Amino acid sequence: MEEINLLMQGFGVALQPENLILMVVGIVLGVLIGVLPGLGGANGIAILLPLTFAMPPVSAIIMLSCIYWGALFGGAITSILFNIPGEPWSVATTFDGYPMAQQGRAGEALTAAFTSSFVGALIAVVMITFVAPMVAQFALKFGPPEFFAVMFLSFACFIGLSKGAPFKAIAAMMFGFILAGVGMDGVTGQLRMTFGSMELMRGIDFLVVVIGLFGLSEIFQSIEDGLSFKGAKAKINLRTVIDTWKILPRHWALALRSSAIGCWMGITPAGATPASFMSYGVARSMSKDPTSFGKGRIEGVIAPETAAHAAGTSALLPMLALGVPGSPTAAVLLGGLIMWGLQPGPMLFVEQKDFVWGLIASMYLGNIVGLIIVLAAVPWFAAILRVPFSIIAAVILMVCAIGAYTVNSAEFDVVLMLIFGVIGYVMKKLDYPLAPLILALVLGDRTEESFRQALLISEGSLAVFFSNWLVGGIMVAGLTMLFYPAIIKLMGAMKPRPA
Amino acid sequence: MSVTTNETLTEATTKHGPSVKGMEIATAVALMAAGGIAVMDSLRVGAGWSSDGPQSGYFPFWLGVLLMAASLVNLASALRVRGKAAGALFATWPQLRLVASVFVPTAIYVAVIPFIGIYVSSAVLIAFFMIRFGEFRSVVSLPSGALAAGIAFAVFELWFLVALPKGPLETYLGY
Repeated sequence: MEEINLLMQGFGVALQPENLILMVVGIVLGVLIGVLPGLGGANGIAILLPLTFAMPPVSAIIMLSCIYWGALFGGAITSILFNIPGEPWSVATTFDGYPMAQQGRAGEALTAAFTSSFVGALIAVVMITFVAPMVAQFALKFGPPEFFAVMFLSFACFIGLSKGAPFKAIAAMMFGFILAGVGMDGVTGQLRMTFGSMELMRGIDFLVVVIGLFGLSEIFQSIEDGLSFKGAKAKINLRTVIDTWKILPRHWALALRSSAIGCWMGITPAGATPASFMSYGVARSMSKDPTSFGKGRIEGVIAPETAAHAAGTSALLPMLALGVPGSPTAAVLLGGLIMWGLQPGPMLFVEQKDFVWGLIASMYLGNIVGLIIVLAAVPWFAAILRVPFSIIAAVILMVCAIGAYTVNSAEFDVVLMLIFGVIGYVMKKLDYPLAPLILALVLGDRTEESFRQALLISEGSLAVFFSNWLVGGIMVAGLTMLFYPAIIKLMGAMKPRPA
Repeated sequence: MSVTTNETLTEATTKHGPSVKGMEIATAVALMAAGGIAVMDSLRVGAGWSSDGPQSGYFPFWLGVLLMAASLVNLASALRVRGKAAGALFATWPQLRLVASVFVPTAIYVAVIPFIGIYVSSAVLIAFFMIRFGEFRSVVSLPSGALAAGIAFAVFELWFLVALPKGPLETYLGY
């Protein structure tokens, strides 16, 4: 069991005092970010990324990934107490969590939510520990055509699995790719789509876009309804926690099923949000009494929270092993790897053992630390939402502006952030998915590079993508995912309809 | 926090505003234009093959084509919307006025940062928001804004040693 040894070494890295402190800082910041509207995991990390340049990469990723876990925990607080999903993946938690809080069972709902988040994350981390090295080992055989095929597969999954209109997903994705192309062509040095602008020569930084699309647009959207927070009081004491923990083991099958859904949806880049909805849906349809869902069933909290955390965590697997992130937040973390001078992809497992296993070990520790912090500090975090929106909104705007500026020390980036705030607001309201846009923007250069290298090998023939069973297999899987909605429709049409 | 389509549908009977259909059409056209720009620029730098492999425009050219094609489908499906759904609102005018009341000060904020620095403008922005949306008195708001900017200054300028845009006030204070 080589993994166990490496993991133990990883714990050695993660347990260093400064890394432990960064872990706690990350979790607290993350919960804060998860609770506040307008600051989510992706753009919270985007804002803080430039501040980590001076840190050793492993410390930086430990802090930033802990922000991610914290944000996953934090989303549940506002969903249950205020009926406001702090994060999109906690929307499904409001269905039963808020009714529970109204019935005076807020403590029970919160404990259930945090504990199931923890269980979901833990199962996903165990899966990462053993599966990621195998995937990376396998991926060492990959050449440029295979890498392009893997990226094609993950983009195709987005289109095939997207809930909304597939052509909107394609449009958002292509827009992201084109934005990634702005600036200097890494291969030939040619300037593309800069139109003589010095500012555009640098390219469009994905961090700036993330801050605009996810941060500013959220503020614009929240103000539309004239926000007022009316929430249930948060009371958690040890009694409630222990009483709830006594009930929870009864739902082990539900937790396992939800984790499986979460892990699957996290690795394929569907993400935490659809995973939480799907898990909730499955739990309701498999229940003996589906009509009681939505009225305060504890299963309605366990299912989405377990799945969301499992998905959020396992989204890091393809990011680590293949260099292809499974969620927007993982994409931002991947951008961080590149900035810290690490080459994402399977070689990471060979060349940067300390980094990879330190991160994996920190996932175990971070989630334990996170569970303790959120259980202990819920009332304080909930109190943040009693701060008037006028103050929160202005401070978030300031933080976003500072974050956008620090990426390149460029005032033009603050303007870009504002523009993308408006674009994000319109796209969100029209159900254009933002995740494919961000993924395309982050992966654009690397996708193009492997595509061009592959074509160089084959001297321009697209047949290189079907030249052996490996690359061909991945491409076929990608094409299947791409046309999945169409295939389902076709099969439905061929089936004889019951009269 | 988002306004769901159902809500906007029911509001449509009583209130006015730009329609979802109109915004869909505008967005599809704008994205199509973005695709067009990519295609044109790719043709400028060369979208074919040269002796050393694919030219710089090869990849973006096809992306631009795909973006235009996908937007065309989106445009067509937006134009097909008829009947009750065609009346659905993107947002009501009062809602958009609220959004503008945040957007316009933010735009001014972004515009003045190069001149008076990020700290002074942030202090003013926070104080303004508190007075305008929170109905705080200026006795409370102005010091709060200054405090928030001061904390940001301490964190970034002194602790993390990140240089942010500064203006005449900071120069006067010796930073």
